[in-house]
Amino acid sequence: MDIKPILAALRHHKGGTALIALQIALTLAIVCNALFIIQQRLDRVGRPSGVQESDLFVIQNDWAQKLAPAEADARMRADLQTLRQLGSVQDASASNSFPLHGAGWDNFVRMSPDQVKMTTDSAIFFADEHTLATLGTRLAAGRNFRADEIGSQTGNDPLHARQVIISDGLARTLFPHGSALGKTIYTSNDQSPSTVIGITGTLQSHLTELWAQPYAYNAVLVPARLTGDSTFYLVRARPGQLVDAMRQAQDALYAQSRMRIIPADGGVMTFAQARQRAYDADYGMAILMGIISAVLLVITAAGIVGLTSFWVGQRRKQIGVRRALGARQRDILGYFLTENLLITLGGLLLGVVLAVALNLWLVIRLGSQPMSPLYLAGGVLLLLLLGQGAVLAPALKASRVPPVEATRSV
Amino acid sequence: MFTYYLQLALRSLGRNKALTALMVLAVALGIGASMTTLIVFHVLSGDPLPGRSAQLYYPQVDPRDNGGLMPGKDPPGQVTLIDGRNLLHARHADRQALMTGGSVPVQPDMAAIDPFYVDARYTSADFFPMFAVPFRYGHGWTAADDGAKARQVVIGHELNNRLFGGRDSVGRQLRLAGTSFRIVGVLDDWRPAPHFYDLNMGAYDSAEQVFLPLETALALRLDHDGSTDCWGNGSGGVGTGLPSNSCVWLQFWVQLNDSASASAYRDFLARYSQQQRTLGRFQRAPNVRLPSLMQWLDYNHVVPDDVRLQTGLAFGFLLVCLVNTVGLMLAKFMRRAGELGVRRALGASRRAVFEQLLIESGVIGLVGGIGGLLLALLGLWIVRQRAASYAGLAQLDPQMLLATFLLAIGATLVAGLLPAWRACQVTPALQLKSN
Repeated sequence: MDIKPILAALRHHKGGTALIALQIALTLAIVCNALFIIQQRLDRVGRPSGVQESDLFVIQNDWAQKLAPAEADARMRADLQTLRQLGSVQDASASNSFPLHGAGWDNFVRMSPDQVKMTTDSAIFFADEHTLATLGTRLAAGRNFRADEIGSQTGNDPLHARQVIISDGLARTLFPHGSALGKTIYTSNDQSPSTVIGITGTLQSHLTELWAQPYAYNAVLVPARLTGDSTFYLVRARPGQLVDAMRQAQDALYAQSRMRIIPADGGVMTFAQARQRAYDADYGMAILMGIISAVLLVITAAGIVGLTSFWVGQRRKQIGVRRALGARQRDILGYFLTENLLITLGGLLLGVVLAVALNLWLVIRLGSQPMSPLYLAGGVLLLLLLGQGAVLAPALKASRVPPVEATRSV
Repeated sequence: MFTYYLQLALRSLGRNKALTALMVLAVALGIGASMTTLIVFHVLSGDPLPGRSAQLYYPQVDPRDNGGLMPGKDPPGQVTLIDGRNLLHARHADRQALMTGGSVPVQPDMAAIDPFYVDARYTSADFFPMFAVPFRYGHGWTAADDGAKARQVVIGHELNNRLFGGRDSVGRQLRLAGTSFRIVGVLDDWRPAPHFYDLNMGAYDSAEQVFLPLETALALRLDHDGSTDCWGNGSGGVGTGLPSNSCVWLQFWVQLNDSASASAYRDFLARYSQQQRTLGRFQRAPNVRLPSLMQWLDYNHVVPDDVRLQTGLAFGFLLVCLVNTVGLMLAKFMRRAGELGVRRALGASRRAVFEQLLIESGVIGLVGGIGGLLLALLGLWIVRQRAASYAGLAQLDPQMLLATFLLAIGATLVAGLLPAWRACQVTPALQLKSN
């Protein structure tokens, strides 16, 4: 098809053409970036925690009075004993935090005592010989803690674990070549080394913020109970008995002692709820971006339909003349499809520039990642199809204008 | 004439209902989305203490050792206990308060209420007058009470409602963490947003419900929450003891009534740092900052990036919706070139035609604006259902209501300008002839 007459005709509709091209350009820029953001968020939400999440729940236990460290430790041991004896409970363990919790304890990990800058950052999880079984996290190498290795400390005591189990993410960061097993690392400010006795499979840390992305799979399990004003009990229910176990566990703890506070809101929480809480903002963002993209595409399509319908209505007489001079229906159809293709291509050209600029702004201002060109290609294709799809109905209508229209006035 | 043009506009809009609906819907969606995000952004980036914030400053000194020293780097965002006490007792500012956060178990006398934890703020006497904290009953404590480690407490009105049914509880005793405190004041509704005085506790958390003298809390070894940053062999953590003096974990705020005293205070901080260095405590050359409240919020990027992103994209969305409406209106007006040509030929001035068309676009703006406002209310309701700590703050105030409305009308009028102007450029003779 000869595009010269089309361009000549478009010159008569400069305003409308420019506006629809601009709209397509802006839509492309926003939709590409929105889809990219959705994909990034879904990637984050979909990463494995390394925990067998079904049948696992968490109890937040605050002591209602000040307890001496030894007293708090004795009560924690008694509580764990009680929990493990429940019929619906498979295993239980105490910790200061847990994967995806958001809040917790993270320390800089170093390879030598005189190192000033950290090698990496890692979550510190206080653990005992039941922790891995409770989380359902597998031990990839080495051995688990033994019961006689589990100590107790307050948050104010310096952290010095002679033996630690580390996550495989941390192991690979610290020892990219060769096994971490049996090596020593420094997990706190003091100068005493910790020997790695075990390496878990995938295990996520409590850190979920974007800045912590590089450290998301770093965790050090320390063989101790952390005594303080509050602790978490991680409890694994027997398969299918989660609801029973959650109720029984809380009742059993209160039966053991009333001098505790299990917050009414979120004090007993399934791991699924903890996950939901951790990623709530990401789900929200992905949904919002999805809605914005969908609505934008609909509005742009509707705009194309509306504008082309006008042009068709305006040019009925000219179309009639062309038909009378021998143009076939498909020539008219082709004319409008090509016209739309030209406008869309013009808009997309500008749109690609805008999309890259917007992404650049996001990278600079908000520390986002650079967008893969695939999203641009996908967005361009999507809008080309959208444009052609939207113009189809008015173009078909135009092609059905009878040649006799040429003879009618107004 | 206005009512006549309005009738013409309504008739013209009614002639093509689908198109009118599309234009109105596009405007409404654009306004709704951009206003929802803008209101959230406005609330989150607002001034927590309008009228007072300009006099409030957040002094920073650098007590760290030379390990990891990087020239030009900002000092820590909090102070050590020893520096906090020194600066507090120096009384170089018009008002000053040293503080940290914590949580304490409340043990009510009535058996009907189980003990529960509430967030607490351990601070010094100037906290209340300096931040203009409103009292419903009673008042704060005095500097003398700070020194005497008095067992006095100020409680929030939510806690007062829960424990005392909202009655004046001043003078009553309250058991906190096993110690009896005398209530000296009950606060009125107070929720500065952001929670500026301690951003570590969640930048948009509500204010604490229990306020205790800092020295009392330290003497009783109540535990503290928030950020503790240590260097060297300092140790902090979450236990019952105090973090050591190589940890920063307290916030220190001052009120300086004019810029002269602000620059004098900056000099004082530098002198203090130099003096501490002479004494051997500080190792680094004096490295002090004195940001004002709003500068401090800005420095800490309190507004979440997600909110910035959403606001930016929502305005992009509004732009597309408006471009869409401009395009459609242009096409619509141009199609009526014949009709407009007849009007012009019959003596209507360009101005009259322009007015007529502008009223038509104004109607779309008005209806779209009302729709957008309703959508913004719906959007804010959705935001409030979310789990984010700022969710509860997403409320529409009269100021933003007016802004929404002006934005809607203004945006569509601007959008109507180009099509109306183009249409009234039509040469009447040409139009009449061609038909």
